[in-house]
Amino acid sequence: MNTGAVPGRARRQWRRPPLIADRRLRWALYLSLVLYLVVGIGSLEVNWQRVVDGLDRGAAFAGALLRPDFSSRGPEILEGLLESLSMTLTATVIGLLLAVPVAIGAARNLAPLPVYVLCRGIIAVSRSFQEIIIAILFVAMLGFGPLAGVATLAFASIGFIAKLLAEDIEAMDPKPIDAIRASGAPPGLLLNWAVQPQVLPRLAGITLYRLDINFREAAIIGIVGAGGIGATLNTAFDRYEYGTAAAILLLIIILVMSAEYASGILRERLR
Amino acid sequence: MPVWSEQGRRYWKRLSGRDSLLRWFGWLLLVLLLVWSWHLISERTIWVFVLDAPAQGADLIERMFPPRWDYMPQLWRPLWDTLNIATLGTMIAVLLGTPLAFLAARNTTPSVTLVRPVALLIIVGSRSINSLIWALLLVLIFGPGVLAGVIAIALRSIGFIGKLVYEAIEESDRRPVEAITATGASAAQLRLYAIVPQVLPAWVGTSVYRWDINIREATVLGLVGAGGIGVELMASVNTLAWGQVSLIFGLILLTVLFSEWVSARVRAATI
Amino acid sequence: MLRIEALCKRYGRDALALDDVRLNLAAGEVIALIGPSGAGKSTLIRCINRLVEPTSGKIWLGDTELTSLNSRALRKARRRIGMIFQEFALVERLSVMENLLSGRLGYVGFWRAALRKFPQSDIDRAFDLLDRVGLPDYADRRADALSGGQRQRVGIARALMQTPDMLLVDEPTASLDPRTSRQIMRLISEICAEQGLPAIINIHDVPLAQRYCRRIVGLRQGRIVYDGPAEGLSAEVLTDIYGAEDWEASSRADEGAEA
Repeated sequence: MNTGAVPGRARRQWRRPPLIADRRLRWALYLSLVLYLVVGIGSLEVNWQRVVDGLDRGAAFAGALLRPDFSSRGPEILEGLLESLSMTLTATVIGLLLAVPVAIGAARNLAPLPVYVLCRGIIAVSRSFQEIIIAILFVAMLGFGPLAGVATLAFASIGFIAKLLAEDIEAMDPKPIDAIRASGAPPGLLLNWAVQPQVLPRLAGITLYRLDINFREAAIIGIVGAGGIGATLNTAFDRYEYGTAAAILLLIIILVMSAEYASGILRERLR
Repeated sequence: MPVWSEQGRRYWKRLSGRDSLLRWFGWLLLVLLLVWSWHLISERTIWVFVLDAPAQGADLIERMFPPRWDYMPQLWRPLWDTLNIATLGTMIAVLLGTPLAFLAARNTTPSVTLVRPVALLIIVGSRSINSLIWALLLVLIFGPGVLAGVIAIALRSIGFIGKLVYEAIEESDRRPVEAITATGASAAQLRLYAIVPQVLPAWVGTSVYRWDINIREATVLGLVGAGGIGVELMASVNTLAWGQVSLIFGLILLTVLFSEWVSARVRAATI
Repeated sequence: MLRIEALCKRYGRDALALDDVRLNLAAGEVIALIGPSGAGKSTLIRCINRLVEPTSGKIWLGDTELTSLNSRALRKARRRIGMIFQEFALVERLSVMENLLSGRLGYVGFWRAALRKFPQSDIDRAFDLLDRVGLPDYADRRADALSGGQRQRVGIARALMQTPDMLLVDEPTASLDPRTSRQIMRLISEICAEQGLPAIINIHDVPLAQRYCRRIVGLRQGRIVYDGPAEGLSAEVLTDIYGAEDWEASSRADEGAEA
């Protein structure tokens, strides 16, 4: 069973071929990684005294997580949660209603080029900015309160829903469209009979997914004054009310988890 | 689709009586919820401000342009901090999230009854709290600054990376695993030779994708004091320096586009 | 060399997958294990290196009793048993050389394996085996860039890298075309002859089994129903193994389904 080396032949070396073939490029990459780590970590400017002091607060908060205080700010928490939930629902519905025409316009197989470019532009703008940045602008325009939050979430939902829906419309089977067109149906009925049956289940899925995201976002945009539980949470932290803050955090976790779970099940059934 | 006949003619309706009643009831419920939500939101809105919104918006845009270009030199450092927060945070998350994924995956966990549930709990907890909320909490503990931002990003991303990687591990092909087991490899060698090569592309893709998301999130962490360009944004908004705000917006947009480009390139290269 | 005594395997509460299997394998002896799908061929060879845990019975490899080994000793024993798989079971994203070297994992420590710093003797052996199976210039190709026949050659070389005392071969030709199947079977039997390696070859293709193996063992519903020379496979014996239906037709249908 021995397959020893054939005499007279040079021993062949083997090394694993490196991921990056060019030796200089490889070392340049390693070096820049190390350099970045040194400079990046070096520029952190951490106040270690403050960190050590903070550990007590961290411990206090960890303790509060075990004994959350739902009662002393009970009414405010309830109000904030209801506000978050109603913002989520309203914004998702408004976003959906506005997103559908944009999505149809952004589908190359349905829309003429100028409309396509315009709608793709709307999607790009809506998707480029964080919800919280949009919220700052809407708060400046509409004043503090949940209306700014609704506007923010609706605006962000447009880009999200329209992009996914437009991709879906573009991936549609073109034959039913031709068939319905051939029957002489006007554009409105074409959408109703050829497009809607093909994309409706997906649209429902996308909307549920966005509803889920909107709730998560509705929990934080209150930090910049756009309503919802985030404002309550921020206040609780500002006042060092750990018990209340812990209670709100736990509620958010529970709601987010159950929303994800429920929307997962619903989407599974819609498939 | 009920079909029935009366006096020799056949009738057709899309839904049976009970189904259509249920549907109408569902829609009614949704509308009622919407009305109630809208009522709640409108109660908390000062409509005089809202009526003023178009004027406010126009005024805002007017004050945003031209951007205050001479503010730019003050932004380089916060921009660097933002990149650091995202990059270092992602690195920490990858370092901690990868072993976590191996503990959570059914086929690599040391114990399905003891270790796996704990790992899954960590993943779920990390995922359901937004990085901005993590930042709020960490600023309270460690004080304002970049460190809180780095850790906030890391804490949020551990769950994200852990979840996607453990799903990839569970989906990996079982046959090479069996073959490597048959060579007499140890458990650690088995993971290294049979599982790691299979999940490597997913691991790289997930990490870079999360880095891309983290760049976006890092731009706003400063709103709660966790360092980066958001600190300047908050300060400019608070002093109503809209010329600076527009400059920051532009910078954020460029950064986000850059990170999206990098992430798309890297993911395309590692298939 | 290998002695199997009263081996039984039961999955959960199902019927016995292996029922009192007794088998002796002399040094250098190559046997073909035939039988319909579900007869327990795959379970039998996986019980030998305990990829499947036997329910009862004893298996001796030389002087080592395999079923009672602890996990450490089991890994040592597995090094002595090379295995070749149905769909090659290569790690597709690793290079051919790395796939071969994975056959040495039982001999090297974790860090050597992680850093791919194998002893030069292992590298020599790998190159020699690549020459032997006819893939001399493929060391740095990725396994997923090879054809089916080439992959199975890599699979054979990986098993031989272990310097095994015996081979377990599980349907080596199931995903190959007829011509490649014959080449692979010839390669396996030649190597066994050269190195005096005993082997158990699971195979559903009866003509191939008859052509390359002198001793044939027929398995039906977990029981050995034939153990004898290839020439002894009469129509009655085959009916006994494969059931009442025409065995030739069923073997062809199998082939079609698995190709």
